[in-house]
Amino acid sequence: MSTTFAVLVARDLRLAARRRIDAALPIAFFTVAVSLFPLGVGPEPQTLRQIAPGVVWVAALLAAMLSVTQLYATDLADGSLEQMLLVPDARLAIAAAKAASHWLVTGLPLVVVAPVFGLMFDMSGEAIAALVASLVLGTPVLSLLGGLGAALTLGLRSGAVLLILIIVPLCIPALIFGAGAVAAVDAGQSARGHYSLLGAVVIFTAVLAPIATAAALRIATE
Amino acid sequence: MDERQTAGAPAASDAAIVVRELQCRRGDRVLFAPTSFVVAPGSIVWVRGANGQGKTTLLRTLAGLSVPAAGEIVRNGARPPLYLAHANALKDDLTVAESLRFLVQLAGSSVEAAAIDAALERLGVASRRNAFVRTLSQGQRRRVALARLAAQREPLPWLLDEPFDALDTSGVAVVADVIAEHARRGGSVVLTSHLPVPIDAPVPTVVQLHEPAMA
Repeated sequence: MSTTFAVLVARDLRLAARRRIDAALPIAFFTVAVSLFPLGVGPEPQTLRQIAPGVVWVAALLAAMLSVTQLYATDLADGSLEQMLLVPDARLAIAAAKAASHWLVTGLPLVVVAPVFGLMFDMSGEAIAALVASLVLGTPVLSLLGGLGAALTLGLRSGAVLLILIIVPLCIPALIFGAGAVAAVDAGQSARGHYSLLGAVVIFTAVLAPIATAAALRIATE
Repeated sequence: MDERQTAGAPAASDAAIVVRELQCRRGDRVLFAPTSFVVAPGSIVWVRGANGQGKTTLLRTLAGLSVPAAGEIVRNGARPPLYLAHANALKDDLTVAESLRFLVQLAGSSVEAAAIDAALERLGVASRRNAFVRTLSQGQRRRVALARLAAQREPLPWLLDEPFDALDTSGVAVVADVIAEHARRGGSVVLTSHLPVPIDAPVPTVVQLHEPAMA
């Protein structure tokens, strides 16, 4: 099973490298979305510092949702998904591998780029560190839930809209605890409670999402 | 050719796959009348039927991708069958060699570059091994998909959906050879084909799918 996981992640990373522009679209969206807020809300530093965690987190969530709709669709269309599902007991490995490669291509770059926006919003050093930490914990949740949504809406005509409607509400706990952790640090309080809850969300999602995704894949290809 | 393999044929316990009174469904429509046959090692089963009769669905059910509507399938042997669908399962953005290597790795077989190259050579696409799949014609892509068969040595059951489609005469001859060799090695093959199957050793056993009886 771990070989199936490794083979799939390696293939998806290679495919992303061959389509670098497409792979960069979520980051481009994230950048544009976050940059619009100072323009729309006004350059008052106090306001920007206050809204920064929420803005970055919401933009990260939307960027993840936009990039996840095609996660299984191309593999379904060209018959690759069927071949993957033929491997005995591989469904969990497939779900985990897809979420992992989505995070490596979309989530990890978001985490790397986030400090730049922290500076743009005039956040303090500790706040930026908290932002990065919360994104490191939270973006895998987005990838896992996004993978579940992609598998649930696989083959449906308006799948993308349905995916967003189903999955965004599920991402709200991560959003609240993640943005809340940064806001707490910014206000000089301890963010330990937020990190603990965010960690619990990560564990809960990491255990349940692949199982649910595997079941959804079974239904989608029957 | 008898539609059913009777008890006088190879014992069910030796068979790679035993199919009893199988019916498959597509949507809410039952596709064919209850069908039984035995896929013995070293044999080739040729599933025939009209368009829409359920040949592809039958293969998918044998592969384990779909659940039967009625009847049962008994599979002997630990490893899953090799299933060649209508779709080639090749990624446009991978090279020919990378695509074949991925499919072989997925099936759990060891991947040596020499074996991959030999399989591509057998199907006549070795010269395109470093070309991206999207630059190949339909027939060439089908040859790359079929190269999986040439790369596979163990006597697993093969489930092949229209393996001769989209091929020119030389391609048909190569694929027929690969299939016959597999059967001689003790593997078994279930295939569908609209064209006559150009193999006489072993002679394919025909399984005809019929319309289901009116309810």
